[in-house]
Amino acid sequence: MRWRRCGEDAALLDCDSLEQMRAAHATVCAARPEGVVDLVPGARSLLVVGDVAAVRALLADADLAHPPAGEPREVTLDVRYDGEDLSLIAEDAGLSADAVVALHTEAVYTVAFTGFAPGFGYLTGLPSPLRQPRLESPRTRVPAGSVGLAGEFTGVYPRESPGGWRLLGHTSATLFDPHADPPALFAPGDRVRFRRVE
Amino acid sequence: MRALEVLDPGRYALVEDLGRPGYAHLGVAPSGALDAASLRLANRLVGNAEAAAGIEALLGGLSVRFTAAATAAVTGPAVEVHVDGRSVGSHAPLAVRAGQTLSLGTASTGLRCYLAVSGGIAVEPVLGSRSRDVLSGIGPAPLTAGDVLPLGAPAGIPAGADVVVPAAAPADLVVPVTLGPREDWLDDPAHGLSAWWTVTAESNRVGLRLDGTALRRAERFAEVELPSEGVVTGAIQVPPSGLPVVFLADHPTTGGYPVAAVARTAALGALAQARPGTRIRFRPA
Repeated sequence: MRWRRCGEDAALLDCDSLEQMRAAHATVCAARPEGVVDLVPGARSLLVVGDVAAVRALLADADLAHPPAGEPREVTLDVRYDGEDLSLIAEDAGLSADAVVALHTEAVYTVAFTGFAPGFGYLTGLPSPLRQPRLESPRTRVPAGSVGLAGEFTGVYPRESPGGWRLLGHTSATLFDPHADPPALFAPGDRVRFRRVE
Repeated sequence: MRALEVLDPGRYALVEDLGRPGYAHLGVAPSGALDAASLRLANRLVGNAEAAAGIEALLGGLSVRFTAAATAAVTGPAVEVHVDGRSVGSHAPLAVRAGQTLSLGTASTGLRCYLAVSGGIAVEPVLGSRSRDVLSGIGPAPLTAGDVLPLGAPAGIPAGADVVVPAAAPADLVVPVTLGPREDWLDDPAHGLSAWWTVTAESNRVGLRLDGTALRRAERFAEVELPSEGVVTGAIQVPPSGLPVVFLADHPTTGGYPVAAVARTAALGALAQARPGTRIRFRPA
């Protein structure tokens, strides 16, 4: 774990693993030091904007092997597994389409970090046969609600956009609504399950 | 209702205030006026709180009619300002009567003019801000002719004899930066960044795209992919092309390319006013 300078009023905590980042994130969230403007998890890092000194002091004294447990929010999304890449995913996994859906719906995921678009969460916990590369050429238009996977992540497109993830299916859930409270369905640390619907 | 009617948005006009920090963990950029000091100044001139919403008009060209008497001020680069055709000048409080039209000429230097009006633009805030974020599409849509923008109640007294000399946007810009967080991913970034770069026409509120002598990845990171990580406004990100992008207020909240350095906050206004063709060099502090 190492702190890196990031301009005048931010610092990046470079972590050894996603788990270490999660522990640091949970520790800072539990203490909520005043003066922290933004706390942005990454895949192996935690960006602190604002009172960096307070967060450094907090983490220097923290036992990251035993982070505060907290009560993660649980979200279940209904998914129609009719994605354009379902047969490609099944073929690369050496499984039937039904077995792919069973794997995807049995796992419990965690929102590791966000980005790409408001409300887009990178979810970890993907079973290893489903860890597959992006499409060789991204689609120019992926519909809102598309459920996809890429590398170690699965996720849902909050709105129509270009995208290179392999598509499993789609959900009618609203992932981001700036007028709602909270505006995003997914926040870092949330637990997510997918449920098959016809 | 106290309001502004947009007669002509000019090239591109957006409602902006000081943005919506605090939502980056949900993928929402800070957004807000790119040249925040100019918006703050315009607000002070008309007696508003500095954080009130105004209009950011690219290259000027904006024309609005007032439905009620108000105090207005235009800041940013020096620009012609007319009230009902009469030249009145920028960077000073202007008393505008109901029915009068205020028009901006075309800025001859810089990029972004700011119009503040007493009471502020009072459109409905989204996530605590009235700013338009062009990357995510959050906030009021770009202005079009016929838009009616409600104004808030005037809060303070306009600055009386404030005379402000507008800063001319220079053709060559030296930007102080702090190296990091990923300076080790690049081959001598302090040297590479201190060469002259040129702002390209692909620049926008998301970032300034620069052309010049490409930066090179350090050998030990040549084939390594950077796990996505949070980025800040002013971050100088180096994609595989080696041509840096300086992130401005509507930047993506996470990115997968190394950030070699971060521009000092005090320099963000000058970056916001840097036209395509402007030459920039970065000075590590």
